[in-house]
Order: sequence, then C-alpha cells, then structure tokens
Amino acid sequence: MSEPAEKAVKTVQIDSHAINFGPQHPAAHGVLRLILEMDGEVVERADPHIGLLHRGTEKLIEYKTYIQATPYFDRLDYVSPMTQEHAFVLATEKLLGIEAPERAKWIRTLFSEITRVLNHLLNLTTYALDCGAITPSLWGFEEREVLMEFHEAACGARLHANYFRPGGVAKDLPVGLEERIAAWAEKFPNFIDDLEGLLTSNRIWKQRTVDIGIMTPEQALAWGFSGPCIRASGIPWDLRRAQPYEMYDKVAFKVPVGRNGDCYDRYLIRIAEMRESVSIIKQCLAAMKPGPVKVQDRKFTPPTRREMKRSMEALIHHFKLYTEGFHVPAGASYTAVEAPKGEFGVYLVSDGTNRPYRCKIRATGFAHLQAIETMAKGHMLADAVAIIGSIDIVFGEIDR
Amino acid sequence: MSMSAFLATPLGVLILTLVKALLFLVPLLIGVAYLTYAERKVLAAMQLRKGPNVVGPFGLFQPFADAIKMLMKETILPAGANRGLFLLAPMLTFALAMIAWAVIPVNPGWVNANINVGILYLFAISSLGVYGVIIAGWASNSKYAFLGALRSAAQMVSYEVSMGFVIVTVVLCVGSLNLTAVVEAQRNWWFCIPLFPMFVVFFISTLAETNRPPFDLPEGESEIVAGFFVEYSSMSFALFFLGEYANMILMSALTTILFLGGWLAPFGLAPFTWIPGPVWFIAKICFCLFVFLWVRATFPRYRYDQLMRLGWKVFLPLSLFWLVLTAGVLEFAGWLPVT
Repeated sequence: MSEPAEKAVKTVQIDSHAINFGPQHPAAHGVLRLILEMDGEVVERADPHIGLLHRGTEKLIEYKTYIQATPYFDRLDYVSPMTQEHAFVLATEKLLGIEAPERAKWIRTLFSEITRVLNHLLNLTTYALDCGAITPSLWGFEEREVLMEFHEAACGARLHANYFRPGGVAKDLPVGLEERIAAWAEKFPNFIDDLEGLLTSNRIWKQRTVDIGIMTPEQALAWGFSGPCIRASGIPWDLRRAQPYEMYDKVAFKVPVGRNGDCYDRYLIRIAEMRESVSIIKQCLAAMKPGPVKVQDRKFTPPTRREMKRSMEALIHHFKLYTEGFHVPAGASYTAVEAPKGEFGVYLVSDGTNRPYRCKIRATGFAHLQAIETMAKGHMLADAVAIIGSIDIVFGEIDR
Repeated sequence: MSMSAFLATPLGVLILTLVKALLFLVPLLIGVAYLTYAERKVLAAMQLRKGPNVVGPFGLFQPFADAIKMLMKETILPAGANRGLFLLAPMLTFALAMIAWAVIPVNPGWVNANINVGILYLFAISSLGVYGVIIAGWASNSKYAFLGALRSAAQMVSYEVSMGFVIVTVVLCVGSLNLTAVVEAQRNWWFCIPLFPMFVVFFISTLAETNRPPFDLPEGESEIVAGFFVEYSSMSFALFFLGEYANMILMSALTTILFLGGWLAPFGLAPFTWIPGPVWFIAKICFCLFVFLWVRATFPRYRYDQLMRLGWKVFLPLSLFWLVLTAGVLEFAGWLPVT
C-alpha cells in the first residue's frame, strides 16, 4: 500500500449520541430510564436502568405475617393487582396444605380474568398513545372505570384490592354484582370492536407495529418471555392451560398464538385474550353456586362478626389471626400464575414461623425489559417507543 | 382638510394600513384562541369527555384563562442556549404566521394586499416557517429539541415539493397567481371536484406542513417529548403555540381558496347565495379545521422514514403525474384560461 492512497481515503468517525430516555418521559411507562445510543434516529444500543421504584418489597414481606404480606402484591404491578395476590395466596395455601372452597375458586377465576381485561385495556390503549393515537386511551379508561367499580363492589378498594386471602377471598360478592358483571360482559365485546376499528386495520398503526421488534420463538425462550409476549412469538405457552390452577381446567377458552412475534402480533394477542377473558367470565358466572367463600377453619380465616359476638373461641381466633397470624409449616414452594403480563411467580420459603423466611418474586416485566436491546437495536427511536409499549412493562413490578 | 384628503397623506395611509391590518389580526387572534377551545371540545366529544367547562359558560373563557396563565409564567432561558436566537425563534414563527394573512381575500375586495403573486407570497412565507423551528431546535441546545428541528426541516421540505405541484396545477386552471382570481375561477366548478386527487394530496400536505397529527413528528410527544419547543416556557412557548394554530387556520383558508371556492356559495344556487360570502368563507375554514381535529383524534403518528416515503414516493409522483395530465387536458381540450 502506498501512502498517497491512504491519504486520499479519509475516514470520519461520527459519534453516536446518547439520549436519556426517561425517567421523566411521556412514553417511559412509569420510571423507566433508558439510555439510548443513537445514530441519528436509529437506535444502536438500548440500556435500561432499573431500580428507581425499588421499595424493598421482598424484604418487607419477610417482616410481615402472611396476611399482612398480601397487600404488597397489589402494589407490585398496580395495573393488575389481583392476579399477583393470587400467586402469593396460592403459594401460601400450598404450604399450608389447604384448599379454598369451590365458590372462592370461581370468584378468584372470575376476578383474575377481570384483572386481565383491566390490564390489557390499559396496556393496549397506552401503547396506542405511545404511537400517537390519543383516543383509544380515553375510551379505555372509560371502560376500566366500570371494572374498577366491580373491584370496589367486591372488596371496597378500586385498585389495591387485597381481596384474595389464604383460604379463600375476603368476603362474598355483594348482592347484584354478578348480574352487573354479566351485563357488562354482554356489551364489552362491542367496545373491543370499537377499539379494533380504530387500530387493527388502521394503515398507520400497522406501519408502526408490523415487523417492529421481532422476537423469534428461540429468542423469546432464551430471554425468558412469557404471557402474551411469548405467545405472540408462536409458542402456545399459557399457565392456565399448561398447569391449570383454580377453575381453569373447568372452563373452555382458546389460547391465541401469534406468528411473527412483532409488536402488531403482541397487540392482536391481547385483543384476542380480552375476548377470551369475557368468555371465561361468562362461564364463571354461569358455574358459580352459593356457598362458603373461605376455608371453614378458624386457624386460617377469620370468623364472622356475628360469631365473635357470641363465641369466646371465635374472638380468640380473630385476635390470634390478626396479631400473630398463622404458622406455616416449614417448606418451600414456587407457585406461578398466568398474570396478564405473563408468568408471575412467587418462590416462598417458610421456616415454620408466622412470617415468610424468604419471598422471591418473579416479575414478568423484568424478563421482557431485558430484551429491549435485542428488539430495539437497528430500529428507529419511534419504534423503540412502540416496543416499550408492546411488552407491557410496569415498574412497580420490575423494581419491586 | 377633508377625510379623503387626509387619508391620501402619508400619515393617513399609514393609519389606514394599520387599521386594515388590525381588522384582520384581531379576528384572527380571537379565532386562534377559540380554535384551541374548539379543539379541546371536539376532541373531548370524540373521546367521551367533556372538555373545558368550568371557566365561564361552557368553558368559553378558557382560552383567556390559559393566556393569562402563560403571561404569568417565567420565561426560562436554558443555561446552554443561544439567548438571542432562542428568543428570536418564537417571534419569527409567530410573525410569519401573521403576515401571511396580508394576501388572503375573504370576499371580493376584502383583502389587505391584492397582489398578483399572492400564491407565491403565501408559499414563500409558509416555507420560511421552518426557520423558526430550526432556530428554536438549534438554539435550545437540547438533544430532543435538535432531533425535533431536524425532523421538522426534513418534513417541511418534503411536503412543500408536492404542495408546490398541486398549486401549479390549480394555477394552470386559473391562469393567474392572484388569489381573488383563483376564487373567481371557481364560479362553475369548485376545484375540489375536477382536481379531487390534488385536493386530497394538498390537504394531507397541509397537515404535514403545520406539523399536525398524524405528522406531528417534530413535537412527537411520546418520542422526543415536545420536540423543538421542549425548552420553551411562558410566552415564548405561547408564541409557538399561537403560530401553529394560526398556521392551521391559514392552511385551511388556503385550502378553501384553492379548492373549495373561497367565498362562493355552493353551486351558486338561490338560498345559498343569500348568505354573505365571508360567512361561507369562514364556514369552509371551520370545516377544514374540523377535519384537522378529527384526524388528530383518529390516527396514530407516522414514523419519520414513513413520512418521508409518503412525501417523496407517493405524493410527489402523484402530483407530478396529475400536473402533466391537467396540463395535457387543458391544452388539447382548448380549456386553457386566456390571460
């Protein structure tokens, strides 16, 4: 090589620039901090930073009795509170060796599905909002309001329910709620149609989501995806089907599976899941029969007010339950439920006392968030926003 | 000195011009204020909400409450910003949005400057608008603002080309660059009928030109937060805001003049012609503005490269083809306007 030739070719290194995406960013879904290395508009590296919402939930749970620990699960993924209580409650019941009565199981199944709709409504519509469509989110919030009222009717709280308890549910559904839910389930599919009318075949929406953030089935498995995200990649994995809990083996439902694993498929899967949830809700309402809603063992569930006024034992049970709680036999259990976002698991270790020795939470969004770089690399900034919307992350759960 | 003699003196001319300008600007600014109100009401109706309803009857004083709030806020100058340019940019944007109105005719003779190159003047002014955006983005010394400015520059340049061809097509049919002449040429047919594809291209281009959804990339809320005006606050922000809405009205007026027959009543039929021209003109502008808002409520945002593709690969060939077609038809059918 001669020297002049080298001089003739001049290489200019253009630095990529880093963008601090979040924690205060309209599309950051809470407190996501994403360092984006950009080459113009193209994302070269996406580095998610977590921990801005860390509250030490797992450690706090170690200092609480089992009943006191349940509400912490509402506050993890605050968009789908009840399914997370569900995982913890099921784990506790497994260690205790008790089983909720049938009506409680139906109620839990019912509210798990209501929670799923609640979650998907928020996710899909804010996802659309991230892509610039403003109307779906306002329509979605209108519908969510109805569902929140069901929550409120059942347990008194709109968001942080604390409704599922070890051994059943806190209290039976109020009179008339079943009919209200049934009436809602009749007309909710119309709303899904309206929502789809705005998005599903909208050319711009398709241009923004089709072939964006593709995850192959292999990648999805390798990154630990679950829930709608893994099903969008074409793997029919649904814990409700794979290892049925509660009444999921007694209801008929389809597991929608995608083909391409892109943002559009993740959207379609959630739409289809909402329709399936409505069908499950209808089946639950049809199958529910009156009966007890908690285990009739006063060591685990509180007695009624009326009983306490008359029976000394009931009063003692009540006092013991709300001060000391119950002792859980030593052992460990990993219990997972199909939360709206994917597999939500609780690894619960008990040392025989009234407090968990360790409670490790398997957060769904964590696995999805870590794959952001894989998905967003080479896409444009606007696509990174669509990808964040499509993987449905909530930071309460990721940071714990 | 009689009144007419006084108006002929330089001072008189100056006063007359000022009055004429104010006659346009004051209604325009009130229009802008109520356009923001209308936008919020229309969007609210489409989104099952109420919209502003607290300040005054039906929330009608909301725009003034907003204006007072804006005036009370502090104008923040970012530490790394280029102060002069930073403050110049919103003024430029606002001023350009205002001066374009000098040539807009509302009724025969109701125009400040009835110049023969009205369309060219408008086109030049609307092209200059991009400077405000670029200067704002650059002077803010912020990455988000800079990205927004770059996006905006690329977007405005791409859409102006096809808009230019659309305007040339109309001008071919009219034979004049004077806006009053453009309207008068639509006595028999509003141009939106024979030139329907051009009407659609033009309307979509005006959406892109004014940075309105689905082409609001320069301020893409969920991507680059607020884009080029992310660092602005108080009145400097308000000037951008007013400029954007004034541009929306301007572009609607332009669409009305070029395609919807300006102040002409539909079909020239009797009951319609009883309504005065300016009312028609304003009604047509309102219709265009409603479509602006309707589009905003309906569509997601385009991505940067998709927007470029739409501009260069779809609209440009289409408008170029239609221009040649129109020219050919006019020539061979002998319909070329005689000038």
